[in-house]
Amino acid sequence: MNGKKPPIFGDAFNRRFGKAWLAAGFAFLYLPIIALVIYSFNDSPLPTTWGGFTLKWYGKLMHDTEMISGFWLSLKVAFFTACASVVLGMFAAFTLVKYKRFTGRTMFSGMVNAPLVMPEVIVGLSLLLMLVSVQRWLGFPERGAMTIWMGHLLLGLAYATVVIQARLQDLNPQIEEAAMDLGAKPHQVFFLVTMPMIGQALASAWLLTFTLSLDDVVLSAFLSGPGSTTMPLVIFSRARLGLNPSVNAVATVIIVVVCIAVVTASYLIARAERQRAREMAAAQRAS
Amino acid sequence: MSPQAVLTQLRNSKLLSGRSAVIGVPYVWLLVFFLLPFLIVLKISVSEMETVHFKDLLTYKDGLLQLTLKFSNYEFIAEDPLYFKVYLASLKYAAATTLFCLLIGYPFSYFMARAKPSIQPALLMMVMLPFWTSFLLRVYAWKGLLGENGWVANLLEWLHVDHLLLALGVIPALGKFMNSPFSLVLGMTYTYLPFMILPLYANLAKMDLRLLEAAADLGATPWTAFWKVTVPLSKAGIIAGSMLVFIPCVGEFVIPELLGGPETLMIGRVLWDEFFSNNDWPMASSVAVVMILLIIVPLAIFNKYQAEAQEARS
Repeated sequence: MNGKKPPIFGDAFNRRFGKAWLAAGFAFLYLPIIALVIYSFNDSPLPTTWGGFTLKWYGKLMHDTEMISGFWLSLKVAFFTACASVVLGMFAAFTLVKYKRFTGRTMFSGMVNAPLVMPEVIVGLSLLLMLVSVQRWLGFPERGAMTIWMGHLLLGLAYATVVIQARLQDLNPQIEEAAMDLGAKPHQVFFLVTMPMIGQALASAWLLTFTLSLDDVVLSAFLSGPGSTTMPLVIFSRARLGLNPSVNAVATVIIVVVCIAVVTASYLIARAERQRAREMAAAQRAS
Repeated sequence: MSPQAVLTQLRNSKLLSGRSAVIGVPYVWLLVFFLLPFLIVLKISVSEMETVHFKDLLTYKDGLLQLTLKFSNYEFIAEDPLYFKVYLASLKYAAATTLFCLLIGYPFSYFMARAKPSIQPALLMMVMLPFWTSFLLRVYAWKGLLGENGWVANLLEWLHVDHLLLALGVIPALGKFMNSPFSLVLGMTYTYLPFMILPLYANLAKMDLRLLEAAADLGATPWTAFWKVTVPLSKAGIIAGSMLVFIPCVGEFVIPELLGGPETLMIGRVLWDEFFSNNDWPMASSVAVVMILLIIVPLAIFNKYQAEAQEARS
């Protein structure tokens, strides 16, 4: 650019208007979260009237066996969903980026992308009906953590693929070719060259699919069996009946944990990125 | 080594013999867990329900091969005005949500993309962060905000917005915001706004600003340049964002259940009730098939856009 400012609403009014719009938008996005946290400390029988500060809802939470067992189940399902999603998502992303031609590619990319937008009631219903048919035929799988995991994996696969694919597309293929020129075997190229370069994307995909699974209501409702009630199902059944301070307390715990995890992760990712940029620059100077 | 030699090595290497595994594993997974279930839904939607089992579609009896397809569910959906109303309402609320997301999200993404480059990653992070925290809990929060004495309810009453909303017929009475079309669309707009902002921002941030300079050199005012250059160039982002909002909204269940009311019955809820309350699996399947028919065109547009975006990047 030649130093001249392009005419993009550059005047003071628009700049102020832009700032105001962004501020209002962020207020809209964050207001419910702030309200949830504040009212988790509310010592009042009426959920929307402030009655002083208390920690009693957190105390009750510690003895809430239904919520706690739901939490452990959700955590378990989310962990396995995230791991499997990243592996399958990596395969799918590789397929979409590296193999431009194979039979049924259009259908493949359609099936990968569709769960991103497909209403969850449809995915949940169809998967359940299939599992029921299979169960009648083979005698398993019993509805429970395993079937919830299958449903979440379908969703997680789609999201993981999008995240990993975006990173793979930005990679310079010459780096992998150079490694091959230098005699690296394909699996060495993958594990020593490609993997470290897409590591951050794998980490983000893992975190994203983990939170997606931890949060899902509809698929879990269709695919859970007796005795396998995940935390969102517990929260949902209580929220349906009305406002419930125990839900606010759970929400606050989740929000704090997620914020710490995401902020730490993005800090580490940004640091690794800077480190790599420095090394690249140093390598370029050296050559 | 020449490029050809690299290619030959590639072709002879394990990478390509591994190729079928790399493609095959996710492909088979999706066929079995995504496509096959749809076919089963299609089958069950035309099946006769016996006490416990479904009757087989194909039966062989007395040397006679018989195919039984029961279309009564579809006839019922077509004839019962309730279903028609519910499908129409779902499309209406999804369209309204998409429109509001676009009206709020476009200027938002625009100003984000034109903010100082140094703060853009932080802004992006702030858009993403609520997306990471539980969606269910954020929807639940609106119950408190819009309920009696809630923060937003009080604010709207103080601003007398409730008179306007009542005149529009989207709330049942003055000062009552919950369980109305208003609370439903607000909740869906809130939930899906990041899905509109992210593709729009990605699109607007990539735009070549020199085009705007050229427009100005040719005598366009900033406003003309915005409408004639920026908006047409961001078409792909608008389409992607709109589809990401519209399609899931049509079948949304959790938000109507928590924020909607008796008059905001949506199709996701109908499917849920047919399945969980009435235990009528063939009917639930038929409702699902009709829902898929409603979203199949937007879905095709979305898939085409995704594929094009993927090709364009590489």
